[in-house]
Amino acid sequence: MSQGLNAKLAEVFNEPSCEKNQKKDGKARKKGCSKALVPGAAAGGCAFDGAKIALQPITDAVHLVHGALACEGNGWDNRHAASSGPTLYRLGFTTDLSEVDIVMGNGEKRLYRALKEVIAKYAPPAVFVYSTCVSALIGDDIVAVCKHASQALGTPIIAVDAPGFVGSKNLGNKLAGEALFEQVIGTVEPDAVGPTDINILGEYNVAGELWQVKPLFAELGIRIHTCITGDARYREVASSHRARLNMMVCSSALINLARKMEERWGIPYFEGSFYGISDTSNALRTTAKLLVERGAEAGLIERTDALIAREEANAWARIAPRVVRLKGKRVLLYTGGVKSWSVVSALQEVGMEIIRTSVRKSTGEDKERIKELMGGDAHMVDSIPPREMYAQLARGDADILLSGGRTQFIALKARTPWLDINQERHHAYAGYEGMVELVKNIDQEINSPVWQEVRRKAPWESTTSDADTSWSVRCLPLATSSLGVG
Amino acid sequence: MAKVVKSQRAYAVNPLKSSAPLGAALAFLGIERSVPLFHGSQGCTSLALVLAVRHFKEAIPIQTTALDEVATILGGFDNLEEALVNVVQRRQPAFIGIASTALVETRGEDIAGDLALIRTRQAAALQGTAIVFASTPDFEGAIEDGWAAATSAVIQALVPTGVVRNPQSRKLNVLPSVHQSAADLEELRDLIESFGLCPVFLPDISTSLDGHVPDEYQGTSLGGTSLAAIGQMADARHILAIGEHMRTPALTLAERIAVSFTLLPSVTGLAGSDALVGLLSTLSGVTAPERVRRQRSQLLDAMLDGHFWFSGRRIAIGSDPDLLYPLAKLVHSLGAEVVSAVASTGNSAVLQEVPCATVMVSDLGELEESAARLQADLLVTHSHGRQAAARLGIPLFRVGFPIFDRLGAQARCSVGYRGTRQLIYELANALMAEMPEHGQEKSSTSASAPIVESWA
Repeated sequence: MSQGLNAKLAEVFNEPSCEKNQKKDGKARKKGCSKALVPGAAAGGCAFDGAKIALQPITDAVHLVHGALACEGNGWDNRHAASSGPTLYRLGFTTDLSEVDIVMGNGEKRLYRALKEVIAKYAPPAVFVYSTCVSALIGDDIVAVCKHASQALGTPIIAVDAPGFVGSKNLGNKLAGEALFEQVIGTVEPDAVGPTDINILGEYNVAGELWQVKPLFAELGIRIHTCITGDARYREVASSHRARLNMMVCSSALINLARKMEERWGIPYFEGSFYGISDTSNALRTTAKLLVERGAEAGLIERTDALIAREEANAWARIAPRVVRLKGKRVLLYTGGVKSWSVVSALQEVGMEIIRTSVRKSTGEDKERIKELMGGDAHMVDSIPPREMYAQLARGDADILLSGGRTQFIALKARTPWLDINQERHHAYAGYEGMVELVKNIDQEINSPVWQEVRRKAPWESTTSDADTSWSVRCLPLATSSLGVG
Repeated sequence: MAKVVKSQRAYAVNPLKSSAPLGAALAFLGIERSVPLFHGSQGCTSLALVLAVRHFKEAIPIQTTALDEVATILGGFDNLEEALVNVVQRRQPAFIGIASTALVETRGEDIAGDLALIRTRQAAALQGTAIVFASTPDFEGAIEDGWAAATSAVIQALVPTGVVRNPQSRKLNVLPSVHQSAADLEELRDLIESFGLCPVFLPDISTSLDGHVPDEYQGTSLGGTSLAAIGQMADARHILAIGEHMRTPALTLAERIAVSFTLLPSVTGLAGSDALVGLLSTLSGVTAPERVRRQRSQLLDAMLDGHFWFSGRRIAIGSDPDLLYPLAKLVHSLGAEVVSAVASTGNSAVLQEVPCATVMVSDLGELEESAARLQADLLVTHSHGRQAAARLGIPLFRVGFPIFDRLGAQARCSVGYRGTRQLIYELANALMAEMPEHGQEKSSTSASAPIVESWA
C-alpha cells in the first residue's frame, strides 16, 4: 500500500470533530475507528464500496473502477440515486483487469489508455478513478497516473484511493470526502455567490429525496449550491467552497470534509436530518438562523417559521387519519448510523412503539440521541443474529421490521410486514412530504390483507374445519335442506 | 460459423459479465445446508450477495473471510481459519464451499495447502462439515466458469472413486448449466422421470433457490443436493451435462466413476429438446411417453404461430456463451436475424456456432452500440440492459443473470418442448407488443397500420 494512503488513513482515524475518536487514547486512535471484522461473521460493504456510494451521485462525471471485474461488474447501477439531468454516472466503467494485465504489470498502462479513450468518447467534465484491492496489491500508483493523465488530457481526473481491504464502507465514505477536499473542492470559482448559498453534505438523493426538501429551501430563498453529492454536477461540487453554510445529513460519513471546509474556507456546518417532521423543521430553522448570523437578511427567520408552521400543519393533517391505525404498533428498526435515531423520532411522532433499534453502525453521538429519544439505552441493540431476529419476528415481537435488503427475507419468511428504509429503496422519505409517504407505506404494509392470507393454515395442517374457508361443507347441507323443503 | 472478436478497448463499459466467484457461490448454494465462503475482502462478498439477493429475492448466506490490510500483506491463512470455525459454529452447515477472489489469487496464496493445514489444526471444530475449495479469480472467466469450477471441485472432493456399480441402476447424473432456473430443473426432473430414470442434479438449485417459505429459520442454503446423494453418484447409468462450460465437470465425474457422459450444448429449442428426449429413450429403452409427444406437437404449433412475429426482425443478444448460443439459434430458427451477438467471455467453443457473422467478446456498451448501428428491434440480455434499451427505444427481453427489476426469474422455464414453447410465446409477445409503436410514423393516426404492413 502506498505511503500516501497510509498517511491518509492515519489522518481520517484522527478526526478531531469525531467525539468518539477524541475519547480514545493515542494508541487506540491509531488503530482506527473501524471495528475489527470477524471473518465468517461479517456483513457490509468495503471501503471501495463506501467511496463509490459517496461519489457516484456526481451525475455528469465518469466513474472508472480500476480493478478486476467483480468490483464494478457485481455492483454497478444498484442504487436509486436520482439525477435531474445527466445520466453518465449510471454507466459502469471498469478497466476489467485480466490475468495478463496483472502478471505483466500492465495495470497502470491500461488505466492510462482507458482514461484517454473514455475522455475522447464521453468528454466528461471529470473522471473519478477508484483503486481496488487488486490494483493496490500490484502496486499501481493511481495517484501518479491520474495526475499525469489529468495534465496530458486536460480533464480533471480524481484518484480515489480506497481499496476494499483498508476497511469498512464508512471509512470509504471518509476517504471519498478526503478526495473531494484535496482534489476537487475549491478548484473552480462559482459563477455567482449569494448570502444564502448552502451545501448539503451526505445527501445522495436516493429515490429523489433531495427533491422533497429542495422546494422548501427554494421558497425561503435559500439556494442549495450543491449536494455532496446527490444530483450533483462536477463544477458545482468543485465550486462549493464559496457557500455560506454546510448542512451535514449523514453524520459520520463526511464529518472530516465538513470540518476541513470550515477550517480552510470558514464555512460553518451543522448536523441535521430530513427524516421526520420535527427534524425537518429543526434543519430549516437552524439553516435560517446560521445564515442570518452570517449576514443574510433577518426576515428569513420569520419566513422560515411561517413555512414550518404551514408545512407541519399540512403534514399532520395528512398523517392524522393513519395515526389511528398505527398508534401502538411495534417496530423493530434495524438500520444504522443516522437513521437509527432520525427514524426513531419520526416514528414516535405518529405514536408507534420502537421495541428495538440497532446501533451497529452508529457513532457515539448517534447513540446519545437515541438515549435521549427513547429514555435510556434499554432499546439499543448492537446487532441481532439472523436466527434470533427470525425467532423474534416469528413469535410476533414486532408488527413490522424496518430495515434494508439484507434482513428483508428474515421478516418475509417469518410472514411479518417489512419495509425498506435503506439505500436500495425505491421510495423517498425525506422532509414533510417524505414523512407522509413513509407513514402511508408503513400503514399499507402493516395493514395489508396479505398477512392474513399467508398465515392461513394449509388444508393438511388443520383437522377441525375452519368455517370461514370451507364454504362447500357449509353450503352442501344447506342446499340439501332447501331441496328437502322444496 | 461465427468469427469471435475481442474488444479492443482498454476498459469495459456497462459490464455484461458477472464474476466467477459469484458463479461458484450459486453452485455451492445448490448443495444442501451449505454456506459459500469468499476468500477476499468483505466487499467481494457484499457486492455479490446483494446482486444475488436482488435476483432471487431470497436471503443468500454467502460469508467472507474479511481480509483486511494486515491479512492482505501477511497472508489470509488466519482469516480463512477463523472464518471456517466461525461459520461452522454459528450456522452448523453440512457443507462450506470456499471460492477464491482476485485479491487472494493475485497474492498467489496456496489456499489448498492452507485448507489442508486448517483441517488438521481444527479437526474437532470442523468435524461433520464437508469443506471444498474452488479457485475462481475474478480476473479470469465469468459466472459460467465459476459455476463449473465449483461443480468440479465438489465432484473431486465428495464423489468417491472405486464404487461398484449396479448394472441395473436407473440413476442419471445431471450436471446442469448455471443458466438453468429452478423451474428448468423441475421440468427436467419430470421429463427424466417420465422415462423411468432417476435424476440426481449437481448442483440442484431447484430446492434451494426456487423461492419458498421454509418452516423454520435456516442460516444455510434452503435445499440442494444432499451430501448423501453426492456420495452415491457413482452408482449411475450415465451422466448428462448441459452447456459447453460443463465439459470439465462432466469429464471429471466420468473419469472418477467410470461412467460415460453426454454433453448437450443446450436443451432449449426443438433440436436441443429432441436430442434430450432421444438420449432419454436410448438410456431407458423406453419410447417417449404420450405426454411428451403431445408436448412436441404443441411446440411445433407454437413455432408455426410464432414465426410470423420473428420473420425479418433484427435481434441483438448479449449473454454468457452457453445462453447466447441457444437463444441465438432459437430466434434464428424462427426467421429472425441475430444482427448483434456479444458474449461475456471468449474461450467457449460454442461461440463459433452462434448464427451471426461475428461474436464480439465485450460488454453491454458494445451491445448497445452495435444494436444502434444495425437497427435492432429487440435487445435480449439481463436486467442491466435496461438503460441501453431505454436509450435505443426498443424493448428489452430479460434473460440470464441478474434479473433484478422483474419478479419470477426462478419460475421461468425454457427447457424441453414445454419450456421452449413458453419461451417462444414470451419472445413473440415482446416483439408483438412493440410493433404498433415502433413502426408508427409520427403523422400516422392508425396504430394498427404497421401490423397490417408486416403481414403483407
